[in-house]
Amino acid sequence: MNYNWNWGVLLAPEPGGTGTYLYYLVVGLGWTLATALAAWVIALAIGSIVGTLRTTPMPLVVRLGDAYVEIFRNVPLIVQMFLWFFVMPELLPKDLGDWVKQVPPPWGSYLPAVLCLGIYTSVRVAEQVKAGINSLSRGQGMAGTALGLTLGQNYRFVLLPMAFRIVLPPLTSEFMNVIKNSSVALTIGLLELTGRARAMQEFSFRVFEAFAAATLIYLLTNLVVVLAMRALENKVRVPGFVGTAPDAGGH
Amino acid sequence: MSGYDFDVIQRSWVYLFRDGMTFTLTLTVLAMLGGIFFGTLLAMMRLSGFKPLGLVAGGYVNLMRSLPLVLVIFWFFFLVPYIGAWLIGAKDPVRVGSFLSCLITFTMFEAAYYCEIMRAGIQSIPRGQVSAGYALGLDYFQTMGRIVLPQAFRNMLPVLLTQTIILFQDTSLVYVISATDFLGAASKVANRDYRLVEMYTFVAVVYFIMSYGLSTLVKDLQQRIAIHK
Repeated sequence: MNYNWNWGVLLAPEPGGTGTYLYYLVVGLGWTLATALAAWVIALAIGSIVGTLRTTPMPLVVRLGDAYVEIFRNVPLIVQMFLWFFVMPELLPKDLGDWVKQVPPPWGSYLPAVLCLGIYTSVRVAEQVKAGINSLSRGQGMAGTALGLTLGQNYRFVLLPMAFRIVLPPLTSEFMNVIKNSSVALTIGLLELTGRARAMQEFSFRVFEAFAAATLIYLLTNLVVVLAMRALENKVRVPGFVGTAPDAGGH
Repeated sequence: MSGYDFDVIQRSWVYLFRDGMTFTLTLTVLAMLGGIFFGTLLAMMRLSGFKPLGLVAGGYVNLMRSLPLVLVIFWFFFLVPYIGAWLIGAKDPVRVGSFLSCLITFTMFEAAYYCEIMRAGIQSIPRGQVSAGYALGLDYFQTMGRIVLPQAFRNMLPVLLTQTIILFQDTSLVYVISATDFLGAASKVANRDYRLVEMYTFVAVVYFIMSYGLSTLVKDLQQRIAIHK
Protein backbone atom coordinates (compact mmCIF):
# COMPACT_ATOMS: atom_id res chain seq x y z
CA MET A 1 0.00 0.00 0.00
CA ASN A 2 1.30 3.42 -0.97
CA TYR A 3 0.73 5.27 2.25
CA ASN A 4 3.39 7.17 4.16
CA TRP A 5 2.72 6.70 7.81
CA ASN A 6 3.55 9.58 10.08
CA TRP A 7 2.73 8.78 13.68
CA GLY A 8 4.51 11.95 14.79
CA VAL A 9 1.36 13.83 13.83
CA LEU A 10 -0.23 12.70 17.09
CA LEU A 11 2.24 14.90 18.96
CA ALA A 12 1.80 17.86 16.62
CA PRO A 13 -0.40 20.71 17.88
CA GLU A 14 -4.00 20.71 16.66
CA PRO A 15 -5.20 23.96 15.03
CA GLY A 16 -7.64 24.77 17.83
CA GLY A 17 -4.65 25.46 20.08
CA THR A 18 -5.70 23.18 22.93
CA GLY A 19 -2.64 20.94 22.67
CA THR A 20 -1.47 17.96 20.66
CA TYR A 21 -3.73 15.85 18.44
CA LEU A 22 -3.34 13.01 20.92
CA TYR A 23 -4.67 15.25 23.67
CA TYR A 24 -7.45 16.35 21.32
CA LEU A 25 -8.50 12.71 20.87
CA VAL A 26 -8.27 11.92 24.56
CA VAL A 27 -10.59 14.84 25.31
CA GLY A 28 -12.85 13.24 22.69
CA LEU A 29 -12.79 10.02 24.72
CA GLY A 30 -13.82 12.14 27.69
CA TRP A 31 -16.87 13.37 25.79
CA THR A 32 -17.65 9.85 24.60
CA LEU A 33 -17.60 8.57 28.17
CA ALA A 34 -19.49 11.59 29.53
CA THR A 35 -22.21 11.02 26.93
CA ALA A 36 -22.30 7.26 27.41
CA LEU A 37 -22.36 7.36 31.22
CA ALA A 38 -25.10 9.99 31.44
CA ALA A 39 -27.15 8.13 28.84
CA TRP A 40 -26.54 4.89 30.71
CA VAL A 41 -28.00 6.36 33.92
CA ILE A 42 -31.15 7.35 32.02
CA ALA A 43 -31.27 3.99 30.25
CA LEU A 44 -30.94 1.99 33.45
CA ALA A 45 -33.56 4.06 35.24
CA ILE A 46 -36.20 4.02 32.50
CA GLY A 47 -35.26 0.56 31.24
CA SER A 48 -35.58 -1.05 34.66
CA ILE A 49 -38.97 0.53 35.26
CA VAL A 50 -40.38 -0.22 31.81
CA GLY A 51 -38.92 -3.74 31.77
CA THR A 52 -40.41 -4.49 35.18
CA LEU A 53 -43.80 -3.01 34.33
CA ARG A 54 -44.00 -5.22 31.24
CA THR A 55 -43.93 -8.32 33.46
CA THR A 56 -46.71 -7.17 35.81
CA PRO A 57 -50.20 -8.69 35.60
CA MET A 58 -51.69 -5.36 34.45
CA PRO A 59 -52.63 -5.55 30.74
CA LEU A 60 -52.84 -1.80 30.14
CA VAL A 61 -49.46 -1.11 31.71
CA VAL A 62 -47.92 -3.98 29.74
CA ARG A 63 -49.32 -2.60 26.49
CA LEU A 64 -48.02 0.89 27.21
CA GLY A 65 -44.60 -0.57 27.97
CA ASP A 66 -44.68 -2.61 24.76
CA ALA A 67 -45.62 0.49 22.75
CA TYR A 68 -42.73 2.45 24.27
CA VAL A 69 -40.31 -0.31 23.36
CA GLU A 70 -41.60 -0.72 19.81
CA ILE A 71 -41.48 3.01 19.06
CA PHE A 72 -37.90 3.56 20.13
CA ARG A 73 -36.63 0.26 18.83
CA ASN A 74 -37.91 0.61 15.29
CA VAL A 75 -36.50 4.02 14.40
CA PRO A 76 -32.77 4.23 13.57
CA LEU A 77 -30.63 5.94 16.20
CA ILE A 78 -29.43 8.66 13.85
CA VAL A 79 -33.03 9.55 12.94
CA GLN A 80 -33.87 9.75 16.63
CA MET A 81 -30.86 12.05 17.11
CA PHE A 82 -32.25 14.33 14.41
CA LEU A 83 -35.69 14.27 16.00
CA TRP A 84 -34.30 15.38 19.37
CA PHE A 85 -31.92 17.90 17.89
CA PHE A 86 -33.78 19.44 14.94
CA VAL A 87 -37.44 18.61 15.46
CA MET A 88 -38.06 18.78 19.20
CA PRO A 89 -37.13 22.47 19.67
CA GLU A 90 -39.65 23.36 16.94
CA LEU A 91 -42.46 21.46 18.62
CA LEU A 92 -41.93 23.05 22.02
CA PRO A 93 -43.70 26.31 22.90
CA LYS A 94 -41.90 29.08 21.01
CA ASP A 95 -40.08 30.66 23.98
CA LEU A 96 -38.86 27.37 25.32
CA GLY A 97 -37.86 26.19 21.84
CA ASP A 98 -35.89 29.37 21.21
CA TRP A 99 -34.15 28.94 24.55
CA VAL A 100 -33.24 25.35 23.69
CA LYS A 101 -31.75 26.48 20.40
CA GLN A 102 -29.65 29.10 22.23
CA VAL A 103 -27.89 26.59 24.49
CA PRO A 104 -24.20 27.14 23.71
CA PRO A 105 -22.00 24.36 22.30
CA PRO A 106 -21.02 21.76 23.23
CA TRP A 107 -24.02 21.50 25.58
CA GLY A 108 -26.46 22.24 22.77
CA SER A 109 -25.41 18.91 21.21
CA TYR A 110 -24.52 17.09 24.39
CA LEU A 111 -27.92 17.31 26.08
CA PRO A 112 -30.05 16.07 23.15
CA ALA A 113 -27.44 13.36 22.49
CA VAL A 114 -27.64 12.13 26.09
CA LEU A 115 -31.42 12.23 26.09
CA CYS A 116 -31.66 10.44 22.76
CA LEU A 117 -29.08 7.79 23.55
CA GLY A 118 -30.52 7.27 27.02
CA ILE A 119 -34.02 6.61 25.74
CA TYR A 120 -32.79 4.55 22.79
CA THR A 121 -30.78 2.36 25.16
CA SER A 122 -33.55 2.19 27.79
CA VAL A 123 -35.54 0.07 25.35
CA ARG A 124 -32.76 -2.48 25.16
CA VAL A 125 -32.33 -2.44 28.92
CA ALA A 126 -36.09 -2.94 29.29
CA GLU A 127 -35.94 -5.98 27.02
CA GLN A 128 -33.10 -7.47 29.06
CA VAL A 129 -34.77 -6.79 32.40
CA LYS A 130 -38.02 -8.31 31.17
CA ALA A 131 -36.17 -11.37 29.87
CA GLY A 132 -34.34 -11.63 33.18
CA ILE A 133 -37.54 -11.55 35.23
CA ASN A 134 -39.25 -14.03 32.90
CA SER A 135 -36.28 -16.39 33.13
CA LEU A 136 -36.87 -16.85 36.85
CA SER A 137 -38.87 -19.94 37.66
CA ARG A 138 -42.53 -19.06 38.18
CA GLY A 139 -42.45 -20.68 41.59
CA GLN A 140 -40.35 -17.84 42.99
CA GLY A 141 -43.02 -15.23 42.43
CA MET A 142 -45.73 -17.61 43.61
CA ALA A 143 -43.76 -18.38 46.77
CA GLY A 144 -43.51 -14.66 47.42
CA THR A 145 -47.25 -14.25 46.98
CA ALA A 146 -47.93 -17.27 49.20
CA LEU A 147 -45.81 -15.69 51.93
CA GLY A 148 -48.15 -12.70 51.83
CA LEU A 149 -45.88 -10.25 50.00
CA THR A 150 -47.60 -7.55 48.00
CA LEU A 151 -46.81 -7.26 44.30
CA GLY A 152 -44.37 -4.44 45.03
CA GLN A 153 -42.63 -6.35 47.81
CA ASN A 154 -42.46 -9.41 45.63
CA TYR A 155 -40.57 -7.49 42.96
CA ARG A 156 -38.43 -5.63 45.45
CA PHE A 157 -37.30 -8.57 47.58
CA VAL A 158 -37.70 -11.67 45.43
CA LEU A 159 -37.75 -11.10 41.68
CA LEU A 160 -35.60 -8.06 40.94
CA PRO A 161 -32.56 -8.95 43.08
CA MET A 162 -32.24 -12.21 41.13
CA ALA A 163 -33.23 -10.77 37.76
CA PHE A 164 -30.62 -8.01 37.89
CA ARG A 165 -27.86 -10.48 38.64
CA ILE A 166 -28.98 -12.60 35.72
CA VAL A 167 -29.05 -9.71 33.26
CA LEU A 168 -25.69 -8.31 34.29
CA PRO A 169 -23.72 -9.95 31.43
CA PRO A 170 -26.13 -8.79 28.69
CA LEU A 171 -26.22 -5.35 30.33
CA THR A 172 -22.44 -5.24 30.00
CA SER A 173 -22.72 -5.63 26.27
CA GLU A 174 -25.46 -2.98 26.24
CA PHE A 175 -23.12 -0.64 28.10
CA MET A 176 -20.46 -1.21 25.45
CA ASN A 177 -23.13 -0.51 22.86
CA VAL A 178 -23.86 2.86 24.49
CA ILE A 179 -20.18 3.77 24.27
CA LYS A 180 -20.10 2.78 20.62
CA ASN A 181 -23.46 4.34 19.80
CA SER A 182 -22.44 7.68 21.30
CA SER A 183 -20.39 8.13 18.11
CA VAL A 184 -23.66 8.81 16.28
CA ALA A 185 -23.83 12.09 18.22
CA LEU A 186 -21.18 13.46 15.87
CA THR A 187 -24.01 13.92 13.35
CA ILE A 188 -25.51 16.61 15.59
CA GLY A 189 -22.16 18.25 16.15
CA LEU A 190 -20.85 16.64 19.32
CA LEU A 191 -17.07 16.29 19.07
CA GLU A 192 -16.68 12.93 20.78
CA LEU A 193 -13.92 10.47 19.96
CA THR A 194 -15.01 9.46 16.45
CA GLY A 195 -15.98 13.04 15.63
CA ARG A 196 -12.56 14.25 16.71
CA ALA A 197 -10.77 11.54 14.73
CA ARG A 198 -12.76 12.71 11.71
CA ALA A 199 -11.88 16.36 12.46
CA MET A 200 -8.22 15.47 12.94
CA GLN A 201 -8.26 13.73 9.56
CA GLU A 202 -9.66 16.89 7.99
CA PHE A 203 -7.17 19.23 9.66
CA SER A 204 -4.03 17.15 9.28
CA PHE A 205 -4.82 14.98 6.22
CA ARG A 206 -3.43 12.06 8.24
CA VAL A 207 -6.36 9.74 7.58
CA PHE A 208 -5.21 6.40 8.91
CA GLU A 209 -3.20 7.71 11.86
CA ALA A 210 -6.31 9.50 13.12
CA PHE A 211 -8.62 6.50 12.75
CA ALA A 212 -6.02 4.03 14.01
CA ALA A 213 -5.52 6.12 17.14
CA ALA A 214 -9.27 6.31 17.71
CA THR A 215 -9.55 2.54 17.11
CA LEU A 216 -6.90 1.82 19.73
CA ILE A 217 -8.57 4.11 22.23
CA TYR A 218 -11.92 2.33 21.68
CA LEU A 219 -10.29 -1.08 22.09
CA LEU A 220 -8.61 -0.03 25.34
CA THR A 221 -11.88 1.39 26.63
CA ASN A 222 -13.66 -1.88 25.81
CA LEU A 223 -11.00 -3.83 27.64
CA VAL A 224 -11.38 -1.71 30.76
CA VAL A 225 -15.17 -2.05 30.68
CA VAL A 226 -15.02 -5.82 30.24
CA LEU A 227 -12.60 -6.22 33.14
CA ALA A 228 -14.57 -3.89 35.41
CA MET A 229 -17.87 -5.63 34.66
CA ARG A 230 -16.33 -9.06 35.19
CA ALA A 231 -15.17 -7.92 38.62
CA LEU A 232 -18.68 -6.62 39.35
CA GLU A 233 -20.27 -9.90 38.21
CA ASN A 234 -18.02 -11.84 40.56
CA LYS A 235 -18.81 -9.52 43.41
CA VAL A 236 -22.62 -9.76 43.19
CA ARG A 237 -22.84 -13.42 42.19
CA VAL A 238 -25.28 -15.50 44.24
CA PRO A 239 -23.61 -18.83 45.08
CA GLY A 240 -25.27 -21.71 43.26
CA PHE A 241 -26.81 -19.62 40.50
CA VAL A 242 -25.02 -19.18 37.20
CA GLY A 243 -28.03 -18.50 35.02
CA THR A 244 -27.67 -15.96 32.23
CA ALA A 245 -30.34 -14.39 30.08
CA PRO A 246 -29.87 -14.76 26.32
CA ASP A 247 -27.80 -12.11 24.58
CA ALA A 248 -30.01 -9.93 22.42
CA GLY A 249 -27.17 -9.00 20.06
CA GLY A 250 -27.39 -5.90 17.90
CA HIS A 251 -25.32 -2.78 18.10
CA MET B 1 -41.97 28.84 12.84
CA SER B 2 -44.97 29.53 10.67
CA GLY B 3 -47.06 26.43 10.01
CA TYR B 4 -45.97 23.15 8.63
CA ASP B 5 -45.73 22.23 4.98
CA PHE B 6 -46.18 18.52 4.58
CA ASP B 7 -46.55 18.99 0.82
CA VAL B 8 -42.78 18.93 0.70
CA ILE B 9 -43.01 15.15 1.09
CA GLN B 10 -45.29 14.83 -1.90
CA ARG B 11 -43.05 17.10 -3.98
CA SER B 12 -39.95 15.07 -3.23
CA TRP B 13 -41.64 11.66 -3.22
CA VAL B 14 -39.90 10.36 -6.32
CA TYR B 15 -36.46 11.47 -5.16
CA LEU B 16 -36.98 10.08 -1.66
CA PHE B 17 -38.10 6.65 -2.78
CA ARG B 18 -36.66 6.08 -6.25
CA ASP B 19 -33.21 7.36 -5.27
CA GLY B 20 -33.09 7.19 -1.50
CA MET B 21 -35.10 4.13 -0.53
CA THR B 22 -33.71 2.15 -3.45
CA PHE B 23 -30.21 2.83 -2.21
CA THR B 24 -31.18 1.82 1.33
CA LEU B 25 -32.94 -1.39 0.30
CA THR B 26 -30.34 -2.48 -2.25
CA LEU B 27 -27.60 -1.87 0.29
CA THR B 28 -29.52 -3.78 2.96
CA VAL B 29 -30.20 -6.83 0.79
CA LEU B 30 -26.73 -7.06 -0.77
CA ALA B 31 -24.95 -6.44 2.54
CA MET B 32 -27.17 -9.08 4.14
CA LEU B 33 -26.27 -11.66 1.50
CA GLY B 34 -22.58 -10.76 1.59
CA GLY B 35 -22.58 -10.53 5.37
CA ILE B 36 -24.20 -13.94 5.81
CA PHE B 37 -21.78 -15.46 3.27
CA PHE B 38 -18.64 -14.08 4.91
CA GLY B 39 -20.13 -14.48 8.37
CA THR B 40 -20.69 -18.18 7.71
CA LEU B 41 -17.10 -18.53 6.47
CA LEU B 42 -15.85 -16.75 9.60
CA ALA B 43 -17.97 -19.00 11.80
CA MET B 44 -16.56 -22.09 10.07
CA MET B 45 -13.06 -20.69 10.59
CA ARG B 46 -13.73 -20.09 14.28
CA LEU B 47 -15.07 -23.60 14.72
CA SER B 48 -12.53 -25.32 12.47
CA GLY B 49 -10.33 -26.42 15.37
CA PHE B 50 -7.32 -25.13 13.42
CA LYS B 51 -5.87 -22.59 15.85
CA PRO B 52 -4.39 -19.93 13.51
CA LEU B 53 -7.58 -19.80 11.43
CA GLY B 54 -9.70 -19.53 14.56
CA LEU B 55 -7.53 -16.76 15.96
CA VAL B 56 -7.66 -14.71 12.78
CA ALA B 57 -11.44 -15.03 12.50
CA GLY B 58 -11.98 -14.44 16.21
CA GLY B 59 -9.71 -11.40 16.19
CA TYR B 60 -11.53 -9.94 13.22
CA VAL B 61 -14.96 -10.51 14.72
CA ASN B 62 -13.99 -9.05 18.08
CA LEU B 63 -12.33 -6.06 16.46
CA MET B 64 -15.44 -5.24 14.42
CA ARG B 65 -17.72 -5.75 17.39
CA SER B 66 -15.62 -3.42 19.54
CA LEU B 67 -15.76 -0.47 17.18
CA PRO B 68 -18.59 1.99 16.49
CA LEU B 69 -20.11 1.49 13.07
CA VAL B 70 -19.56 5.17 12.29
CA LEU B 71 -15.82 4.75 12.77
CA VAL B 72 -15.82 1.62 10.61
CA ILE B 73 -17.68 3.51 7.88
CA PHE B 74 -14.98 6.19 7.94
CA TRP B 75 -12.23 3.55 7.91
CA PHE B 76 -13.55 1.80 4.84
CA PHE B 77 -14.48 5.02 3.09
CA PHE B 78 -10.82 6.00 3.10
CA LEU B 79 -9.32 2.53 3.02
CA VAL B 80 -11.22 1.02 0.08
CA PRO B 81 -9.55 3.27 -2.55
CA TYR B 82 -6.13 2.12 -1.28
CA ILE B 83 -7.17 -1.53 -1.24
CA GLY B 84 -8.52 -1.11 -4.76
CA ALA B 85 -5.21 0.38 -5.92
CA TRP B 86 -3.33 -2.45 -4.26
CA LEU B 87 -5.57 -5.08 -5.88
CA ILE B 88 -5.19 -3.80 -9.41
CA GLY B 89 -1.61 -2.63 -8.92
CA ALA B 90 -2.36 1.03 -9.54
CA LYS B 91 -0.04 3.64 -8.09
CA ASP B 92 -2.69 6.03 -6.80
CA PRO B 93 -5.80 5.27 -4.77
CA VAL B 94 -8.68 4.38 -7.09
CA ARG B 95 -11.97 6.26 -7.05
CA VAL B 96 -14.75 4.22 -5.52
CA GLY B 97 -18.40 5.26 -5.64
CA SER B 98 -20.19 5.81 -2.37
CA PHE B 99 -22.53 2.86 -2.92
CA LEU B 100 -19.70 0.38 -3.43
CA SER B 101 -17.85 1.81 -0.47
CA CYS B 102 -20.96 1.45 1.72
CA LEU B 103 -21.60 -2.06 0.43
CA ILE B 104 -18.08 -3.20 1.31
CA THR B 105 -18.30 -1.54 4.71
CA PHE B 106 -21.61 -3.08 5.68
CA THR B 107 -20.73 -6.51 4.30
CA MET B 108 -17.50 -6.61 6.28
CA PHE B 109 -19.02 -5.11 9.42
CA GLU B 110 -22.18 -7.21 9.49
CA ALA B 111 -20.19 -10.35 8.69
CA ALA B 112 -18.84 -10.15 12.25
CA TYR B 113 -22.37 -10.11 13.68
CA TYR B 114 -23.71 -12.77 11.32
CA CYS B 115 -20.67 -14.86 12.21
CA GLU B 116 -21.68 -15.02 15.85
CA ILE B 117 -25.24 -15.99 14.87
CA MET B 118 -24.04 -18.70 12.50
CA ARG B 119 -21.55 -19.95 15.08
CA ALA B 120 -24.41 -20.47 17.51
CA GLY B 121 -26.41 -22.08 14.69
CA ILE B 122 -23.66 -24.52 13.78
CA GLN B 123 -23.11 -25.37 17.43
CA SER B 124 -26.82 -26.10 17.82
CA ILE B 125 -26.42 -29.12 15.52
CA PRO B 126 -25.55 -32.28 17.51
CA ARG B 127 -21.95 -33.45 16.99
CA GLY B 128 -23.27 -36.90 16.14
CA GLN B 129 -24.60 -35.63 12.83
CA VAL B 130 -21.13 -34.49 11.79
CA SER B 131 -19.69 -37.82 12.84
CA ALA B 132 -22.43 -39.59 10.89
CA GLY B 133 -21.53 -37.53 7.83
CA TYR B 134 -17.88 -38.50 8.09
CA ALA B 135 -18.81 -42.12 8.71
CA LEU B 136 -20.76 -42.07 5.44
CA GLY B 137 -17.60 -40.94 3.67
CA LEU B 138 -18.53 -37.27 3.18
CA ASP B 139 -15.68 -34.79 3.44
CA TYR B 140 -15.70 -31.61 5.57
CA PHE B 141 -17.34 -29.38 2.96
CA GLN B 142 -19.97 -31.96 2.05
CA THR B 143 -20.82 -32.49 5.71
CA MET B 144 -21.06 -28.75 6.27
CA GLY B 145 -22.89 -27.93 3.06
CA ARG B 146 -25.37 -30.81 3.04
CA ILE B 147 -25.98 -31.55 6.70
CA VAL B 148 -24.91 -28.86 9.14
CA LEU B 149 -25.42 -25.53 7.40
CA PRO B 150 -28.96 -26.14 6.05
CA GLN B 151 -30.15 -26.93 9.56
CA ALA B 152 -28.11 -24.13 11.12
CA PHE B 153 -29.68 -21.63 8.70
CA ARG B 154 -33.12 -22.93 9.46
CA ASN B 155 -32.63 -22.75 13.22
CA MET B 156 -31.13 -19.29 13.03
CA LEU B 157 -33.45 -17.82 10.43
CA PRO B 158 -35.38 -15.57 12.85
CA VAL B 159 -32.16 -14.29 14.42
CA LEU B 160 -30.58 -13.70 11.01
CA LEU B 161 -33.64 -11.73 9.95
CA THR B 162 -33.69 -9.73 13.19
CA GLN B 163 -30.06 -8.84 12.56
CA THR B 164 -31.06 -7.80 9.05
CA ILE B 165 -33.65 -5.39 10.47
CA ILE B 166 -30.85 -3.90 12.58
CA LEU B 167 -28.74 -3.71 9.41
CA PHE B 168 -31.62 -1.98 7.61
CA GLN B 169 -31.71 0.67 10.34
CA ASP B 170 -27.93 0.93 10.49
CA THR B 171 -27.64 1.74 6.80
CA SER B 172 -29.00 5.20 7.69
CA LEU B 173 -25.53 5.91 9.14
CA VAL B 174 -24.13 6.27 5.61
CA TYR B 175 -25.32 9.84 6.18
CA VAL B 176 -21.86 10.48 7.69
CA ILE B 177 -20.20 10.08 4.31
CA SER B 178 -22.98 12.06 2.59
CA ALA B 179 -24.35 9.09 0.67
CA THR B 180 -27.88 9.49 -0.64
CA ASP B 181 -29.77 6.76 1.13
CA PHE B 182 -33.34 7.35 2.30
CA LEU B 183 -32.23 9.51 5.22
CA GLY B 184 -29.59 11.23 3.08
CA ALA B 185 -32.16 12.09 0.41
CA ALA B 186 -34.62 13.36 3.02
CA SER B 187 -31.91 15.38 4.68
CA LYS B 188 -30.93 17.02 1.40
CA VAL B 189 -34.54 17.99 0.71
CA ALA B 190 -34.99 19.12 4.31
CA ASN B 191 -32.02 21.46 4.15
CA ARG B 192 -32.83 22.74 0.66
CA ASP B 193 -36.44 23.63 1.50
CA TYR B 194 -35.79 24.25 5.19
CA ARG B 195 -38.39 21.66 6.12
CA LEU B 196 -36.49 19.70 8.76
CA VAL B 197 -39.43 19.03 11.05
CA GLU B 198 -41.63 17.60 8.30
CA MET B 199 -38.92 15.56 6.61
CA TYR B 200 -37.33 14.03 9.69
CA THR B 201 -40.72 13.18 11.18
CA PHE B 202 -41.68 11.53 7.91
CA VAL B 203 -38.40 9.60 7.81
CA ALA B 204 -38.97 8.38 11.36
CA VAL B 205 -42.51 7.24 10.50
CA VAL B 206 -41.38 5.38 7.38
CA TYR B 207 -38.54 3.62 9.19
CA PHE B 208 -40.89 2.74 12.02
CA ILE B 209 -43.53 1.24 9.75
CA MET B 210 -40.99 -0.80 7.80
CA SER B 211 -39.00 -2.05 10.80
CA TYR B 212 -42.11 -2.78 12.84
CA GLY B 213 -43.73 -4.59 9.93
CA LEU B 214 -40.65 -6.69 9.30
CA SER B 215 -40.17 -7.55 12.97
CA THR B 216 -43.82 -8.61 13.22
CA LEU B 217 -43.26 -10.94 10.26
CA VAL B 218 -40.14 -12.33 11.91
CA LYS B 219 -42.08 -12.96 15.11
CA ASP B 220 -44.73 -14.90 13.16
CA LEU B 221 -42.04 -16.92 11.46
CA GLN B 222 -40.38 -17.65 14.77
CA GLN B 223 -43.62 -19.02 16.17
CA ARG B 224 -44.26 -21.15 13.13
CA ILE B 225 -40.77 -22.64 13.26
CA ALA B 226 -41.15 -23.22 16.98
CA ILE B 227 -44.36 -25.21 16.48
CA HIS B 228 -42.75 -27.49 13.92
CA LYS B 229 -40.01 -28.51 16.33
